[in-house]
Amino acid sequence: MTRAVSEGPGIVERIGGSVDAVGVEQRAAALGTRSIKKEAKLLGLDLAIRCCDLTTLEGADSPGKIAQLASKAIRPAPTDPSIPHVAALCIYPRLVAPAVAALGDSGVAVASVAGGFPSGQAPLDHRLAEIEAAVSDGAGEIDIVISRGALLAGDQDAVYEEVSRAREACGSAHLKVILETGELASYDRIRCASLVAMAAGADFIKTSTGKISLASTHPTAVVMAEAIRDFAEATSRAVGLKVAGGIKTAKEALRYLVIVNETLGEEWLDPDRFRIGASSVLNDILMQIDKQRSGVYSDPDRYTKD
Amino acid sequence: MAAERLAVNKTYKLYLNGGFPRSESGRSYEITGPDGFLANAVRASRKDVRDAVTAARAASSKWAGLTAYNRGQILYRVAEMMEARSAELVDEVSRAEGIEEAGRQVDEAIDSWVWYAGWTDKIAQVMGSLNPVAGPYFNLTAPEPIGVAGIIAPGESSLAGVVARLAPALCAGNAVVVLASESHPLPAIALSECFATADVPPGVANVLTGHRDELAPVLAAHLDVDALDVTGVGEDKLGEIEEAAAGNVKRVIRAGPGRSPYEVTAFMEMKTVWHPKGA
Amino acid sequence: MPRWDYAPAPEATDIVTVKDTYGLFIGGEEVEPLSGDYFKTINPATEEVLAAIPEAGLEDIEAAVAAARKAAGTWAAIAPADRAKYLFRIARAMQERQRELAVLETMNGGKPIKESRDIDVPLAGAHFFYYAGWADKLEFAFPGRNAEPLGVCAQVIPWNFPLLMLAWKIAPALATGNTVVLKPAETTPLTALLFAQICHQAGLPAGVVNIVTGAGETGAALVNHPGVDKVAFTGSTEVGKQIQRSLAGSGKHLSLELGGKAANIVFADAPLDQAVEGIVNGIFFNQGHVCCAGSRLLLQESIATRVVSKLKRRLSTLRLGDPLDKNTDIGAINSRAQLDKIKELVGVGVDEGAELYQAPCELPEHGFWFPPTVFTGVSQSHRIAQEEIFGPVLSVLTFRTEDEAVEKANNTPYGLSAGVWTDKGSRILWMADRLKAGVVWANTFNRFDPASPFGGFKESGFGREGGRHGLEPYVRLT
Repeated sequence: MTRAVSEGPGIVERIGGSVDAVGVEQRAAALGTRSIKKEAKLLGLDLAIRCCDLTTLEGADSPGKIAQLASKAIRPAPTDPSIPHVAALCIYPRLVAPAVAALGDSGVAVASVAGGFPSGQAPLDHRLAEIEAAVSDGAGEIDIVISRGALLAGDQDAVYEEVSRAREACGSAHLKVILETGELASYDRIRCASLVAMAAGADFIKTSTGKISLASTHPTAVVMAEAIRDFAEATSRAVGLKVAGGIKTAKEALRYLVIVNETLGEEWLDPDRFRIGASSVLNDILMQIDKQRSGVYSDPDRYTKD
Repeated sequence: MAAERLAVNKTYKLYLNGGFPRSESGRSYEITGPDGFLANAVRASRKDVRDAVTAARAASSKWAGLTAYNRGQILYRVAEMMEARSAELVDEVSRAEGIEEAGRQVDEAIDSWVWYAGWTDKIAQVMGSLNPVAGPYFNLTAPEPIGVAGIIAPGESSLAGVVARLAPALCAGNAVVVLASESHPLPAIALSECFATADVPPGVANVLTGHRDELAPVLAAHLDVDALDVTGVGEDKLGEIEEAAAGNVKRVIRAGPGRSPYEVTAFMEMKTVWHPKGA
Repeated sequence: MPRWDYAPAPEATDIVTVKDTYGLFIGGEEVEPLSGDYFKTINPATEEVLAAIPEAGLEDIEAAVAAARKAAGTWAAIAPADRAKYLFRIARAMQERQRELAVLETMNGGKPIKESRDIDVPLAGAHFFYYAGWADKLEFAFPGRNAEPLGVCAQVIPWNFPLLMLAWKIAPALATGNTVVLKPAETTPLTALLFAQICHQAGLPAGVVNIVTGAGETGAALVNHPGVDKVAFTGSTEVGKQIQRSLAGSGKHLSLELGGKAANIVFADAPLDQAVEGIVNGIFFNQGHVCCAGSRLLLQESIATRVVSKLKRRLSTLRLGDPLDKNTDIGAINSRAQLDKIKELVGVGVDEGAELYQAPCELPEHGFWFPPTVFTGVSQSHRIAQEEIFGPVLSVLTFRTEDEAVEKANNTPYGLSAGVWTDKGSRILWMADRLKAGVVWANTFNRFDPASPFGGFKESGFGREGGRHGLEPYVRLT
């Protein structure tokens, strides 16, 4: 994964485009009828684990909780060596240091939300300082949220500016930009925000914070994937997609994989370009893997809960 | 005592593209009524049919593009012009058909124009629909003019008969080519003189006189005619005419019972438009 | 990571019982054909023989028309509310047996199961449900007039949407008090014969629906039978014209739903990704065996390259293969004859100098298949821009202005459908006014609904199917 270089705000207008709501919802629904069976299902579920950003963003999070979750991230199924580790552990900045320690050289990245997450309403300097602190504590990935109010007020430039500054503050860390699509409220604005974030240097664009009730939806993911595709075509730079919020089942994870596969292509079926942010999807994926292998429906208590 | 004034006889010509030409062929045929010779009517040729269709096609989009309100006013003005010349029209019908009560036929014809004039801006409301499809779509069906209609006018009822077919066709927004009654064509020509003074745009209504057997098959087969009214075609010729009309899948129209909006929509196409509803 | 190929997800076929030999459905019973002749019906995806089907002869047509005539008086005279209830029963039975109907439709016609399951069969049931409700409300459909049934309707339908076209024909005819003799297409008779069982289950009075099978000769014998009052035909413009000619002077009522060569027009400001979906749905839905298919793509010059590139990319995700696989997007071509016709016209396109692009996909060894195909650099003077190919073949043309788009779109003897893609509302309405087509899809394509009238301008036929307007071809107004 190459570090993002900002393309400049002009690219947003050059790519442009609009979205028809009914059309994109139909497309997402049609992709939802794909029937993923047998080997394809196993392959997809394995991929879903590898693309998972195992997340805890609770006020009650503590170093102990982080250590436990880190072990789940490294070994989602301790008795089954065929199960890979997840992509990253996604946490609040205060807990980056213990997470770095717990994950060691497991290959699981430390992702920290920052920049006044989840509202993003703190002054820009504070937000940037928070990013820098998380990076200096060892976070390899930073998830920030854009100013939805600015975008809704028509001030794309302000969003471009804050993302560019965040990009600088990240240094060598990867930047994931959350659009909080539920608050943008229209597909046209989601497309616009996607393009602005990418132009300003996002490595990933991400649907939601998971902190409001309107989280990631299938059509939203289609719209963002289409924006990523158009951006890649115009700039030759591949930006990743992260879906987050409310993804609790293996079936949902597979639906998003299908969307990515058929909108962006196989090159995006990789943790470098696709992530699923979730706190509780892992065990359902593990259960479905066992069901697929054995043909027998499993029991939730056979899967570790950390 | 002065001698009785010698009348000035009218030359009856075709009504084509807003003008009154003779046939390009220079032919005519004799029209007689119960009291003998009435006039030499123009015996139109195949080329006159062609020219009339060309004129109608050229005029059709303008006529269809007028507001319904405007078309209604023009059709109403046809009624006004006929009313103003009703004595002449009564005289035409009675000389042609030898009937005593020609006045009733003229009244019927004038009232038909008034009736259909009032339909121009209501037909889409009454005959169109908003369709509640099972999905997030706006879906509307509205009638629109077919384009160019050929009308083979009834042989009898020389004025009211042709008006009963012509008025709904024009109300629908079509341009028309009418083959007038072969034996009683003169009232139809008098009618076209009313068109000429009623702001009916040139080419919208074209009236040809002549021999049915010569002209009707040409009109029926013409590939730039979209619909054909065969109300005036005799049983013996219907097969031939309808077969010719199939060449371009013409809508073949027959009069229904009396005046009705269905007479208008017979000369119309239903167009359905879909559009998604999404923010 | 290895390629993420979706594993086969075939729909089970054990729900369907296909008999070795079928009879005709006449007078409420399955009867052997008096002609004694049978033909084989196959699965076009495998060329496997499914069943022997009667080839109805003149005597069979005679019997079917007589049965329909015998039933006409009582069917027209029963309480309209009861007519409605019979149609509701049929609608419900079709919903109950939807999986069976969908699987059979796919086996016999080659269309993807996801289309027969999600579109054809549900829409067919919905059509009966919609017209059921009209049966006792006709006085509100035709204000100021009485709507009387025409009598016996001869209905001839095509192979592209066998059950759906059956529903489009039979539901309005029955709702208005007519009886019918329906001939399904030669290659796709099975769902119509299953529908006969549904009529039986619904307790429909004998003779109200009769189904005769056979090829073109059977159809000609049916429409020309003197005991028929009304003919409804869906199929090619060529055959439609023959029927209109053969009925000339007969006094029979006629409605025709014929061919098309629809323009799908994309302006530069359109929502392009949804437009690409609409283009794909417009021409590759049902392998392009769709009379209203958007077979001529008109792209505004400024975006032509970009849209073609998006389109080619999208084609690479289309999955061609086993129609019974739930992930199949492109099924089998309906018959060898149709495949030959498609190949011939594609050959013409190449010879005329258009640039051919075909999606990379492997064609199965058996059965009839054709890959999704796009011709670029096409002009109106190419045959592939004029003739209906009725297959998965798209011709791409360009335009500069609105007027030019309208002129090109209307530059055809057909007038069934058209598509317009633009973000500008007033341009949509301006275009919709000017396009000579019975159905205009704006920012969408190939949508169908029982409440929405469908039918053509010009040589695409006359009469409407669907909606209140779909009643009119089946009534005499007095």
